[in-house]
Amino acid sequence: MSQDVIIYITDRTGVKHEIQAPTDMNMNIMEVIRAYELAEEGTVGVCGGMAMCASCQCYVLNDVISLERNPDEEAMLWEAYHVKENSRLGCQIPITQEIDGLELEIAPEQ
Amino acid sequence: MIETDILIIGAGPTGLFAVFEAGLLQLKCHIIDALPQPGGQLAELYPKKPIFDIPGYPSVLAGELVDNLMEQIKQFQPGFTLAETAETIDKLEDGTFIVTTNKGTKHHAKAVAIAGGLGTFEPRKPALENISFYEEKGVEYFVKDPELFRDKRIVIAGGGDSALDWSIFLSNVASEVTLVHRRNEFRGALDSVEKVQELKKLGKINLITPAEVVAIHGKNHVESIVLENEGIQQVFETDYFIPLFGLTPKLGAIANWGLEIEKNAIKVNNALDYQTNIDGIYAIGDVNIYPGKLKLILCGFHEATLMCQSVYNRINPGKKYVLKYTTVSGVDGFDGTRKEAEKAVVKAIE
Repeated sequence: MSQDVIIYITDRTGVKHEIQAPTDMNMNIMEVIRAYELAEEGTVGVCGGMAMCASCQCYVLNDVISLERNPDEEAMLWEAYHVKENSRLGCQIPITQEIDGLELEIAPEQ
Repeated sequence: MIETDILIIGAGPTGLFAVFEAGLLQLKCHIIDALPQPGGQLAELYPKKPIFDIPGYPSVLAGELVDNLMEQIKQFQPGFTLAETAETIDKLEDGTFIVTTNKGTKHHAKAVAIAGGLGTFEPRKPALENISFYEEKGVEYFVKDPELFRDKRIVIAGGGDSALDWSIFLSNVASEVTLVHRRNEFRGALDSVEKVQELKKLGKINLITPAEVVAIHGKNHVESIVLENEGIQQVFETDYFIPLFGLTPKLGAIANWGLEIEKNAIKVNNALDYQTNIDGIYAIGDVNIYPGKLKLILCGFHEATLMCQSVYNRINPGKKYVLKYTTVSGVDGFDGTRKEAEKAVVKAIE
């Protein structure tokens, strides 16, 4: 049976949202941001989720997930702007039970 | 002045397929694209990635789909204005349009179909103070014409497929190819990485990693760049600097054409023909928005088809037409070719 998780996402205007996200739809953070319209359409997930544009860059604000990036993500973030130590690409963070309670901030537009 | 029936802006899959559907209605198309090659994001962003939701193809590589579309529309002889962006549009009194590109190329069309996808792909420029001064004076963000680099010294910067592929290709054209990347690891197709490795061993590509270009020098043209490697700077003489750091899409000049824009996309009438608020200008594929819109290639194909029917009626008011099936009518190319199903044989079976 599916279970939702709660994640906290601060949008680009500084507003913090509490989001209930499903774990059974194979979604990722980038898609949740788009689904809940937390950023202007066309400014997040531009490449469709292939770790090729960094438009879904987020800063991880607590230790619910690891800051370890996969190789594609690492390569993309090397070329992106506004990158910090806690930067991750939203499209590379799947919505699973493990991320319940995750706090994120959406990075500025590239 | 280029004359055409439908001027298509954007050579992605939707724009390319529109040429086919227009051709069936005897309408001629011309396509403008900012990139030097057709295919849009399929060719530029993910040519080697498989797509699984094209009807009839359990799996097709994005690059292959573009090749197939080009093959499919060849018979309708589309014109192309590549590596130029549509800048201005003027509607004439007779309802036709003149679209002018950033390079001044003028196109006269009876209808305009914007199939611009995510927008114009603009190069991500390295943050170098004087880089704009050297644009087209030794700094190139695309390789439009490889011959430009014949027997020249070039420095390519970047760590993805295009940096790797152009380094490989230009190693047979330029007198000296240097590939610079901020990291030791490259992100590209394995065969490209291996090929660069091999060319490095043969001395045909000079590989400098991890390093970054931090300055450009030259009087009226690039003469040298400054490389920084672990805090140490070195001046490196070169004729060209080609940063290939990927592309970001921008709606660009089209945003100022007086079209209704919502959520970075162009509003269209989806109940009818994907026409915008300006009569005669259509928007198809990922660039448009309407209730229930899905940004899928297959939806773009559908939208292109309906747009062509609408343009036919616009150009030929009152001229009756009934949708035909290619299996029945075949396809007559503008190049004189004809494709048709083999005739059934009537023969008695004894």
